Amino acid sequence: MKNSSPSLRQALNPSDDGNTAERKALLAEIDLSCRRPVLFLFANALLWLMAGTALALITSWKMHSPGFLADWSWLTFGRVRPAHLNTMVYGFASQAGIGVAIWLLCRLGRVPFMQGGIVLAATVLWNIGMTVGIIGILSGDSTSIEWLEMPGYAAYILFMAYALIAVWAIITFRFRREKHLYVSQWYLLGALFWFPWLYSAANMMLVIDPVRGTVQAAVNWWFGHNVLGLWFTPIGLGAIYYFIPKVIGRPIHSYFLSILGFWSLALFYNWAGMHHLIGGPMPAWLITVSIVASIMMIIPVVTVAINHHLTMVGHFKKLKYSPTLRFIVFGAMSYTVASLQGSSMAIRSLNKLTHFTHYTIAHSHIGLYAFFTMTMFGSMYYIVPRLALREWPSARLISIHFWAAAIGILLYVVPLSVGGVLQGRAMNNPDVPFIKTVELTKPYLITRSMSGIILTVAHVAFVVNFVWILARRRRPYEPPVDFIAAGLDPEVKANLTHEI
Amino acid sequence: MNYGPIVFIGIFLTLASSWVGLILIPQIQYGGLGVQKIEETGRDYPAANFGSAALGREVYRANGCIYCHSQQVRAEDFGADIARGWGKRRSVSRDYLYDKPVFLGTMRTGPDLANIGLRQPSVEWHLSHLYNPQITSKGSIMPTYAFLFEKRKIGKASSPDALKLTGKLAPPSGYEIMPTEEAKNLIAYLLSLRVDVALPEGPLGK
Repeated sequence: MKNSSPSLRQALNPSDDGNTAERKALLAEIDLSCRRPVLFLFANALLWLMAGTALALITSWKMHSPGFLADWSWLTFGRVRPAHLNTMVYGFASQAGIGVAIWLLCRLGRVPFMQGGIVLAATVLWNIGMTVGIIGILSGDSTSIEWLEMPGYAAYILFMAYALIAVWAIITFRFRREKHLYVSQWYLLGALFWFPWLYSAANMMLVIDPVRGTVQAAVNWWFGHNVLGLWFTPIGLGAIYYFIPKVIGRPIHSYFLSILGFWSLALFYNWAGMHHLIGGPMPAWLITVSIVASIMMIIPVVTVAINHHLTMVGHFKKLKYSPTLRFIVFGAMSYTVASLQGSSMAIRSLNKLTHFTHYTIAHSHIGLYAFFTMTMFGSMYYIVPRLALREWPSARLISIHFWAAAIGILLYVVPLSVGGVLQGRAMNNPDVPFIKTVELTKPYLITRSMSGIILTVAHVAFVVNFVWILARRRRPYEPPVDFIAAGLDPEVKANLTHEI
Repeated sequence: MNYGPIVFIGIFLTLASSWVGLILIPQIQYGGLGVQKIEETGRDYPAANFGSAALGREVYRANGCIYCHSQQVRAEDFGADIARGWGKRRSVSRDYLYDKPVFLGTMRTGPDLANIGLRQPSVEWHLSHLYNPQITSKGSIMPTYAFLFEKRKIGKASSPDALKLTGKLAPPSGYEIMPTEEAKNLIAYLLSLRVDVALPEGPLGK
């Protein structure tokens, strides 16, 4: 294999392949080397997705039917809710994200997966830690520190597992053959480095040897907000930066905007966490700094939105065909919505209305589900067939997955946001008895449970397709699955054809 | 942006900046905050929890009460916390000196509990409310905590601690509903939640 330096254009645009047999052979080698570790991560992620979905339904149901499964301490609301969050965040989203990051780093570094044993061992360890942690929460060992509920003994296991993944990432990055760095690699490197720092610092200062008083709250939200901002967001954006150009077959609109978007995100996002404590018993300067950073987040968000939009312009019709693109673009658009909404919620006057209400819960699901989870789904639709060497068995199941997920999450966030605003208005009016603020949210909480059922349908459809594709016999050649198999526009078809 | 080490240094410095700014500086600024001697009583404020209230705090933690109840009163001009009678003054950092972890909370599906010990000092009320919130708060969506109670056969005479339940909730005759130690500790903790001391940084009524 030759190690020639690519042209700038090629390096900026991963889809600009030049079609050489040598390159295809390398990609095949990379995919084959990623096959077991990445599929193993995805399989585990989907197991936790199903567990988290079940926990979500139970949690949601309890909010309008408080007698539901109330007699067993293991399933009381205050345990099932953090169990749901931790299952989704560390079980599903993190493992899916690590799987996608590994594949992207190998592909973009043009280097086959090295030292696979490290990641396999890390994944096993991670899932042991997850199981111990979730059982810990349900059995009453939760720390009651939001986003860090898993007890200390599980956190040690998770951190060791994560350290192995970080070691692997450094090895892979160090031995990459493609020296040019694509924008996705900046984000992925950032995520892989930021997460262990956040996780270890927060555990040390909150669980192992807690700092005093409300400094704990500062550590808590520095961590909690950055899990989204510096772990999931860069992985999600890294995937979006890769897959949009890849699927539509044209380079990212602007290299300059990519740089601006990345560094402004790195600079501002990690300062924004204290907006979770507005009005709280904290030093005023601390809160104000975070409000400023939250507003400054408009810069990276708008920059990235413009960059992605101008890349997509003229190619939106491809959403009709490509499952990957459909999920990814949904995710990219939701990122803009979630982030701008998040900035607005940091403004004191609006925060006064929305803080402590269901509006915040709706917002967090725009970020973690409509943006990150949908992006991961889209990435998996692209990656899995290349690793399994066969196509998705059912376009219909993909279609069900997309529409149920899209409609489900809209039905989740829109009504619950309305309910949250009404709740906040009532709560800020001292003449309204408190119980009224509870009663008026009930219809919205019931609607949320309905959306949960629809999201469950989406997840079941995906898992069935995933199990099916792995169980299927390998075929010599299959055209990629798209939503309109027959009568494809030849131009679109050319761009959608798999490289391998 | 093709030189790995430069990207890496940038990645390092950005997070380092907020770690210093949002964690280290607050820790230096008030991480060593001490107790305040209250002149009228001659006592130090705050006092650490001990005994059943400290054990009850663990029940509060284990069962995730924070997911619906905050423990922070915001200033008079920010929200209706004080107008609702949730506290005599806004909460300040010193109120949480001994709390590990702090239960500030981010959600108010239920009311704030920073001063629940002042607002609802009746043990009997709390027992009924925990056993079944509908007894005291009709329309509440708080779950029942019947698992913090036990049904047992009445011995020679019924216990004075037994819940006084009527109608559908009453146990079958010959039985009584008794709070477990966990329930008693939790209530001891709830009753300990009271802030009625003025501080230099937190005068009453604001």
